[in-house]
Parts: sequence; structure tokens; C-alpha cells
Amino acid sequence: MTIEKINTENLILYYGQKLALNNISIKIPEKKVTAFIGPSGCGKSTFLRSLNRMNDLIDSVRIEGKVMIDDINIYDKNIDVVNLRKKVGMVFQKSNPFAKSIYENIAYGPRINGISNSNQLDEIVETALKNAAIWEEVKDRLGDSALGLSGGQQQRLCIARTLAVNPEIVLMDEPASALDPLSTSKIEELIVQLKEHFTIVIVTHNMQQASRISDHTAFFYLGELIEFDKTRKIFTNPEKKQTEDYITGRFG
Amino acid sequence: MTKKKSKKELLNRNTESVNIDITQKKFRLSDFLAEKVIKGVAFLSIAIIILIFVFVFRESLPIFQPEKATVGLVTAKQEVQETYGEVTDSLSTSPAVQETYGAVKDTTEVQEQYGAVKDTTEVQEQYGVQTKDTLGGIQADDTYTVSSGSGYDHNRAALRSLGTTEWVPVSEKPRYGILALLMGTLKITLISMLFSAPLAILAALYTSVFANKKMKEIIKPTIELLAGFPSVVIGFFALMVLATFLQSIFHYDTRLNSFVGGIAMGIAAIPIIFTITEDALTAVPKTYYEASLALGASRWQTAFFVILPAATPGIFAAILLGIGRVFGETMIALMATGNAAQMDINPFASVRTLAATIGAEMAEVVFGDTHYNVLFLIGSLLFIFTFLLNAIAEFYVKGKLLKRIQGK
Repeated sequence: MTIEKINTENLILYYGQKLALNNISIKIPEKKVTAFIGPSGCGKSTFLRSLNRMNDLIDSVRIEGKVMIDDINIYDKNIDVVNLRKKVGMVFQKSNPFAKSIYENIAYGPRINGISNSNQLDEIVETALKNAAIWEEVKDRLGDSALGLSGGQQQRLCIARTLAVNPEIVLMDEPASALDPLSTSKIEELIVQLKEHFTIVIVTHNMQQASRISDHTAFFYLGELIEFDKTRKIFTNPEKKQTEDYITGRFG
Repeated sequence: MTKKKSKKELLNRNTESVNIDITQKKFRLSDFLAEKVIKGVAFLSIAIIILIFVFVFRESLPIFQPEKATVGLVTAKQEVQETYGEVTDSLSTSPAVQETYGAVKDTTEVQEQYGAVKDTTEVQEQYGVQTKDTLGGIQADDTYTVSSGSGYDHNRAALRSLGTTEWVPVSEKPRYGILALLMGTLKITLISMLFSAPLAILAALYTSVFANKKMKEIIKPTIELLAGFPSVVIGFFALMVLATFLQSIFHYDTRLNSFVGGIAMGIAAIPIIFTITEDALTAVPKTYYEASLALGASRWQTAFFVILPAATPGIFAAILLGIGRVFGETMIALMATGNAAQMDINPFASVRTLAATIGAEMAEVVFGDTHYNVLFLIGSLLFIFTFLLNAIAEFYVKGKLLKRIQGK
């Protein structure tokens, strides 16, 4: 049986007065790809962001319940959020490389963790870029601005940047939604490779994508977790009618 | 009911407007006028700036030409004895220099001796009113004879003296050495930037990244208000309070000096640098902030290593504007710098800036005089310097620095 990496218990999240997540309890297995699907505004991105406390940046957010990562409640008072985010990395929907060179983009994470040896940094950068399947494309122009890369390359660079910190969990918020099919397939291949080392949680609008790459799928609707099971089960024989309706395209 | 009606009307209008003629080019007067007016105003403002420069430069032109012989023959030989202020030993050129200006005719002889004149220094002053109040009352050989008119060309002498360090515009043999003024200006600019740029940039960083919304709403307008603060008030404050306060800390000799002036001008420059830097920092996409935090960076690491570098061009623009303000600042310079044109790298020595020189002397100068021309030359120099500074910074920032920080 797989080991649970993330375990949320009755997570409730408010944006001001508005209830955004209602009683989410889910057990996300280690070193697997877990996909969140659901219509826009159903709370899946909000839920993802609450897994590394990115929601803290929004003033009006109020959270109840527990999020256990390795049996530690990350909403505990004594939790160091900075170190939590080193453990739980995140890739955003819109690729957001820094206005630095390609090399500096990757080296930034290790550097703030105190690695200053240039040989070591070179190695980390190379490994991260190779892991993100972008090394061959950028190895000759590491000094160039990252903003000069194409959208797909930028997104893979962002993944490499996240990997360079060596997190245990990688959260991906619709990482391929703004990309062309070719770049998308590259990133999908990448995600499947990455699950060997990382626990991956991915939010996606694309149900084919979820069925292609994920091991488990969770269906969210109006701030509630409707169904969570093995991907094959969700897509072939869902238990709830709402899930079936959404997957077959009857609403959403 | 009314809603339905309006919807129907809208539909009707839509169906009517299907017959739009697109084959004929239509002349739109309002578009045309607006475009021309905007264009006109834009060019007008550019033209005004250029014309001001042309005017300022034109007024300074005469000193580049030989002086016209306005006075015909001079019969009376004028002999002038003069020294200025205290004669110090540092006055350049070796003693016993004989100089002749232009073609010397007749009995006109120019004999010049200034500088360290042995031990028997005699100070005799002649400023307009003839006060024969000799300091010390010693007779001197610090004497020279000038016959105005045919022999002595003020313009050439002025032009030749530009590259020297002595600024003695009011004298029978005026010298317009602007090097000391230039140095004073640069010194003050440097001091004020060293003081104001870090303060303003860090304050902006705090306001933009760390301060909460309420705090930001208080800080930003307050500092922006200071940008419109009259410089004469800052100058007065520097003169009365700051100078004494700083002297009690650093114990320097001259109360008003470039350090006090630099700090005072820094105070004037801080709001400008702050405002523009803050805007530049706020314009950095929020995604950078999120991405950096998601990598496990703390807030100050994010602020210093991600947000600050990303805002480099804006911050440079801010510093440049600050330098521009200090460079041209007149009132504070007049009030707080001591106004002594001396070449000295010591930050606690009094200085005189280019702008302060114009401000202090322009009102009392004879129209069309060489001194008048030189003041305008200083004006055009200020123009050119600010322009060059901007140009160099632009090329450097856009070219090299940005590439180094943000990749090629």
C-alpha cells in the first residue's frame, strides 16, 4: 500500500465571508501524481495553495482544520513557513521566471539555502535543467535572460527552478494550460518521470491530461471534494453522479 | 418591461447599422484635431527646451570671440593696484610673471605679479568705493597695470582662465576659473547621493514589500508631499539647525560646508528617489514575489535578490532624477554650503556650486559683460552636464548593467 504524504482533515477556508473550501479531507499518496479536476472557481487551486501556505499572502483568508505533511500539521503555530516552502515547491499557472539569466534563475533557490560554491551550483543547475528536460535547449546560453525563452521553455525552466531546491512535494497549478500541445506533451512526460522522486499534485482543467498522467484524481465542485479515487476508477466508473456528469461533459 | 424595450431598440439599431459604407475613406475631424493638437503641444514643449538652451548658450558666446574695441584710444593710463581678500600663499603661478595680452601698443604695459609675494605682502583693496583701508598697511609689490581698451582683451583672458581653479569675477583682472565650482558641484552631488540614495531606496523597498496596506497609505503620500517642499525651507533648516547639529558631532572647522550642503540636498532628493523607486518596485510582477516565496526564500531575500534587481531600470531613473535635482539645486547650495570656491576634496570644506554661482551673481552683473557671459556659459554647462549624465547612464544601464543583472 502507498504511503500518505499529505493528509488534510476537515480543511475549511474562507475568503473574507465567502466559504471557499468546505471540509476537505483527503489523503495524497507519496511519489505518485495526484490530479485535481473540477470547473473554474471550485476551489482546487485554493486547496493546492493551502498545501504550502501560499494563501497566507492574501490578507482576508481564514483557515480551519489540519493539513498534515509527514504527520506534521503545517498550520501549527510554530511552523516555519519559509522552510515549509522549501519542502513543498510550487509551479504556477503562468510561467514566471525572474528577470535574471537562465543560470541565475536556477541558482537562486540553492543560493538562498546557503550554497555558494560555484562548482556545486553549476552541478545543481545542470541536474535541475536535465531533470526538467530543458538542458539540451539552453546549455549554450545559460547567461541569457530567461525572459527570452519561449513560453514552454519558460515553464520547464520554472519546474527546473523548483526542482533545484530539491523539495519533497511539487505542487503544480495548471502548469500546461497556457502552452501549445507540443510543449504540453513535453511537460506531461516530465511529470511522469518526476514522480519517481517527488510527490506531485497537479491542478488541471484538461481531463485528458489528468487521465494520462495521474495515478489518483480528485474531483472538486463548489468548494467541496466530491470524489477521490484511483484515476482509472474516476474516469471509467465514478461513484458519484456529479463526477460522471462532469467527466462526460454534461456540465462544467 | 422597459428592459425588454431597450433590448429591442438595441437590436433595431444593430440591424440598421449593417449598412456601413466601408469603401469610402471618411474624414474624422475630431480625430484629426486631437492628433494635431497633441502633436503641436508635444513639439512646442520640446522646442521650448531647445530654445532655452540655445538662448543660454548664445548669451555665453561672446567670450569665445575676441573683444570688440569699443573704447577708442585711451589717453589716460590707468593704474590699478589690487589684491583680493587675503592673499594666501596657495595662489598659483610663480611670482614675477610678465604677461602681455594681445598687441601692446604705445606705453601700454601689462605687468603682472600675483601669488606668493615674498614676505612683504601688501593688501590694498579697491572695490568701487575707494577705501584706502590697507590691511596691515604694508607696501606691496603685488602690482599690475591694466589699460582697458586696445590692449587688454577681457574675453580672451576670461576664456583662458576658465580652466583654472580661481573664481574671482569681480576684480580689475577678473578670473573665471570654473574648475573649483565644478568640483564643488560634483562633491555635493556625490555626498548627497551617498546619503539619500540608500535611504530612499530602502524606504521604498520597505513600503513596497514589507509594509502593510494601511501603513503604505500613510507613508507614500507623506513622503510625496515632501517632494514639493520649498527648497528655501530645507536650506534654512540646514543653515540654522543641521549645520550646528552636524558640527557638534563631527567637530569640523567650517560650519557651512559641502557635507552639510550635501545632506540638506539629500533631504530634498529623498522624496523624488523614493517615489519613483517605490513605483518601480510596485510594478514588479507579483508573480516574482510568489515564485520566490514558493522556493523557500524569506521576505527579505525576495526583496533584495528578486524584486530589487527586477526594478533596476526604474531605480536608476530615480537616482538620475535625484542627481538632476541636486545638480541644479540653487537655494540650498546658497544657504548651506559656505559658498567659497575652493578646490579641496575634503568633504568638510566649504564649496560653491555652479548653480549657486549663477543664483548669487546673475542679479548683480553688468548686462553683456564678460562676467555675464561666463555665467551663461555655466548655465549651458549645467545643461550639458545633466544631458551627458542622462545619456551615459542610459547607455550604461540599458547596455551593460542591466545585462549583468538580468541576463543578456
